[in-house]
Amino acid sequence: MSLFKIAWRSIQQRALSSWLTALSMALGVALVVTVLVIMNTVEETFTRNAQGFDLIVGAKGGALQLVLNTVYHLSTPVENVPYDFYLQFKRGTPEQVTNAAGAMGGAAGATATPRQPRGRFASAVDLAIPFCLGDSYEGFRVVGTEPSLFEIDYAPGRYYEFAEGRNFQTENFFEAVIGARVARETGLKLGDKFNSTHGIGPEGHVHKDTSFEVVGILEPTGTPNDRALFVNIEGFYLLEGHAFDPEIRETGNLTQPGLQSELSAYLPQGGEVAPLPIDKREVTAILIRTDASNPIAAISLAKYINKNPTAQAVAPTRVIFQLFESIVGNLRALLLLLTCLIVIVAGIGIMVSIYNSMSDRRRDIAVMRALGARRSTVMTVILLESIGLSLGGGVAGFLLGHAAIGLLSGLMVEYTGVYLGFFSFVRWEALLLPGLVVLSTLAGYLPAMSAYQTDVSRSLQANP
Amino acid sequence: MLELTQVSKSYLEPNGKRLPILNIPRYHVGDGEQVVLMGRSGSGKTTLLHIIAGISQPDRGNVNVAGINIAALPEAQRDRFRADHIGYVFQTFNLLPGFSALENVMLGMAFAGGSVDRPRAESLLERVGLSGRLTHKPSQLSVGEQQRVSVARALANRPRLLLADEPTANVDPSNQQQIIDLIRQTCEEERVALVLVTHTPEVASQFARVDRLEEINQT
Repeated sequence: MSLFKIAWRSIQQRALSSWLTALSMALGVALVVTVLVIMNTVEETFTRNAQGFDLIVGAKGGALQLVLNTVYHLSTPVENVPYDFYLQFKRGTPEQVTNAAGAMGGAAGATATPRQPRGRFASAVDLAIPFCLGDSYEGFRVVGTEPSLFEIDYAPGRYYEFAEGRNFQTENFFEAVIGARVARETGLKLGDKFNSTHGIGPEGHVHKDTSFEVVGILEPTGTPNDRALFVNIEGFYLLEGHAFDPEIRETGNLTQPGLQSELSAYLPQGGEVAPLPIDKREVTAILIRTDASNPIAAISLAKYINKNPTAQAVAPTRVIFQLFESIVGNLRALLLLLTCLIVIVAGIGIMVSIYNSMSDRRRDIAVMRALGARRSTVMTVILLESIGLSLGGGVAGFLLGHAAIGLLSGLMVEYTGVYLGFFSFVRWEALLLPGLVVLSTLAGYLPAMSAYQTDVSRSLQANP
Repeated sequence: MLELTQVSKSYLEPNGKRLPILNIPRYHVGDGEQVVLMGRSGSGKTTLLHIIAGISQPDRGNVNVAGINIAALPEAQRDRFRADHIGYVFQTFNLLPGFSALENVMLGMAFAGGSVDRPRAESLLERVGLSGRLTHKPSQLSVGEQQRVSVARALANRPRLLLADEPTANVDPSNQQQIIDLIRQTCEEERVALVLVTHTPEVASQFARVDRLEEINQT
């Protein structure tokens, strides 16, 4: 008969007490598992939000504000950078870049050489996507961008998918794709048209003359893009007040009669739509994937751009990580601390339970000693009992925690777009069982020492 | 088999004085010999059995069991010696309540040097008439049956010496003789020396050798 079996019999003998102490441990471990997996998912979601872009280029100012604007669709809008600066990241002629004949307007188009890298940063860049921000619809941000945004992976191995419809097309200026949450909360459906509001608040000027048609609804991605509307950048430029003009920049007034008439020249009238000339264009941000074959391209490019007075380049993952660590990181640490305390309290519960049983078991221990068990043997039996209760509860808690995660998966997908299930694990969970062995050994030490010190002769002579 | 020489034991009283319990110049039990030890209550019979079993240490003196002075052994070796060579039948049986009859018998084997011999445990329970009660817990056994399990457990490791501390004191009269017969018979069959403590003259009268503690203890 092994010591494990002796310990197990002892656990069975105090079935109710054993169940309750193991249950408290199970609940503690379930909480730890749930917090670990969910917090890890939150962290992963934060990282994923960078959508694989190494750099975000925007106007000089706060790095966090730039990232919050472009990645999270939050915070007040930042200033713009000239369109020509954006072209520095692109290959090909401006016509090829804009894919809009007649958009050149100025002399730049006449001097460009086809199929030659035009931008001075182009050789270090695999992909540069423009973002034009500043409009909203029912509280959700409207982003003027290119269709290529949805043709790349937003996380390793994860690509945008359309729940309904398709991507917007470059040549159709007034098409839009909307995020899953926008579709759910605004009720916009495929084929619906919407008019964006200039500015991010409800008091802004509604672009009544121009509307965008929803041609695609994205599947949930778990990124902030779920709560944004993406419109063709060419259409975005044609909205009132979106053309670069020093007077608008000064006054912010879209209702000046002269200005309206000038901008209306580019608006769709009589079926003809002319793209906004490049010299009247700006971009809020440029999302960049640097040359994958050059590991220091991002660092070098950022350094170079940041020396330039026109713009700043920030690494979104670094900014996001700092944001995560400063806000969510503390929350995670606090939650982990609390849940670990629960497990420790459960461990103390095991100690109290076994220790309280010692007075009843003193005689049994004395009998085992009288049968030849050493002090160390009875001590080991008590420690095994503590470890058994702890591990039993721990394994149950592990399963319970993952079952809870499985049950919560629907909510998690809905609110974060992150798919969780029973088999979602994080590497920290591997430390749970060894940690429980250490904890239960410590918890069992006091009662085990009590067993170790049992006076056999006195206990045997005491009345049963 | 058993040789006590100049064994003394005393207890510390609350007033700081020592209360002498035992002072035995010499006491001997031969191989396979069956001895009854009688004495009034509180005379130190159980203390003497504990010293012989190595459960308690004497203040001084030698306790030779099978040629080994167990009083001189470190505690861990004494425990192991007890598991291997000494069987103990308690007055209150002291079966572990969470274990079946068979497991109680095998429990003693677990603490000895060899492996647990389940067939021997089953055979012993069969010999004490409990072949149909192997999986019964102590609470499911009668008092007499519990003491029979206790006897089987004491003999599990083929001891050289069996110590029985008033084994019939808690057994109803109809079972007392069966228990005594069982102990004596199994000790004979296994060539085990027996020291049996009893208050009952009827039990003592069945043994060829009856020692009174008052006569061997010179406190």
